[in-house]
This record gives sequence, structure tokens and C-alpha cells, in this order.
Amino acid sequence: QNYYSKNTTQLYQNKNEVTKLPNFLLNLKRNLTTGIDTGSKEHIQSLVKNNKVVVFMKGIPDKPMCGFSNAVVQILRMHGVEYNSHNVLDDDSLRAGIKEFSEWPTIPQIYFNGEFVGGCDIFLQMHQSGDIIEELKSIGIKYNLLDQEYSKK
Amino acid sequence: EEKMALTAETLKDKLTKELSAEYVDVKDISPDMCGTSFHAVVVSPQFVGKARLQQQRMVNNALAEEMPSIHAFTQKTYTPEAWKKANST
Repeated sequence: QNYYSKNTTQLYQNKNEVTKLPNFLLNLKRNLTTGIDTGSKEHIQSLVKNNKVVVFMKGIPDKPMCGFSNAVVQILRMHGVEYNSHNVLDDDSLRAGIKEFSEWPTIPQIYFNGEFVGGCDIFLQMHQSGDIIEELKSIGIKYNLLDQEYSKK
Repeated sequence: EEKMALTAETLKDKLTKELSAEYVDVKDISPDMCGTSFHAVVVSPQFVGKARLQQQRMVNNALAEEMPSIHAFTQKTYTPEAWKKANST
């Protein structure tokens, strides 16, 4: 084993060491490994079309790292919606790219059917007004609470 | 020249001017009042006939210069009519 591969292995074995790396290095590693620029328009275009509901957030659904991202996760959970989520804290390139792509300065960001819905405020208001139910239905997502209503009949 | 810290007051002035707003309320909601988290309520006739997403884009655009130094920003937008309705209930 040469010096380089030995050190690389050590880096992977010690998880703390990896997370201590600056984000730009992690991005570089990812982008070199996959050959994909995660912040590019093409890549984001493919992400938002990958699922009917796609969320760009800080943290992961099981552990949101910001109150606003948490609010979005809770709403989606409440409505029983399946979705793809992308953690921008893990990827500076994606974090910058999504802001440009949506022309929206803040995270979280929600996409329905590849179309930008808005940020946390808009999503909360959609939830409070109940508009979200119609929106989900219109993109062909079965609404859990409605399903329960139907099954009672 | 020292860079001025963002205050709720400066954001309020800017939003009022840029959006010819009838009413603007900006609250500093930073945990330590350090001026990086804000909540804004904006009432403007320019919002009439525009979807909520579009209204919020207008607010973001009005603060495009300040946005990079704001850590968290939440907003509620109203047309004058919607604002009246919201306050009458």
C-alpha cells in the first residue's frame, strides 16, 4: 500500500475526520467521484423531476437542522406525503445552485411536479389554508386523511 | 468605511419605498438581536392580482442587496384588501 492510499483509507475509517473536512473539499470529492456538478442547472433539473414532491432542506427528515426545514418536514409528515429530500448542508454546490435555480434566497425550498412551490412561509400558509390538499390532489398524490374518510363510507 | 449593521428599521424603510407599501412591520427575531433574523409583514397595492409566490419574490427582490447577510427571513404578504380582511376577524 502506498502512502496515498493508506492515508485515504484512514480518512474514510475515521468518520469524524471526514466531517471535519471543509465543505468545499467534500463537494470536490463528491463531484470528482461522480463526475457530476451537483449545483448545475441540469443536475437540479433532474432532481426536481425525480419525484412528485422534492424538498431541499437543512439536515435530513429524521434530523432537520433548522426550524424552518423542520416545519416543512412536519407538514409533509402530517399529510402522509412521500418525498425526496436533499440536504444542502452536505453540499455547498447544491446549496448555492438551488438558490440560483429557483431564484429564491432561502432554504427550505419545495417542488411539486418539478415546479417551485415556495419556501417555508408559503408552505405553512398553504397548509393553514388547506390549499395544500388540493395542490397534492392535483399532482396525483393521494391524501391520507381523505383516504381515511373514504374508507369509512 | 464601516459597514452598517442591518436593522429592522432599514429593512422597513426599503420595503416601504420599493413596494410603495401601505404598511410594513419588520421584527428582529434573532435570538440575540444581532440583526440577522427577521420577520416581515408587508401590505402593498403592488401585490394585487399576484400569486403568493410572486408577492414573496417581490419582497425578496426588494431586499436582494441585504439578503446575503440575513440568516433567516420569514414574511407575510397582503394586498390592502386581504390585510383589511385579516384584521377584521
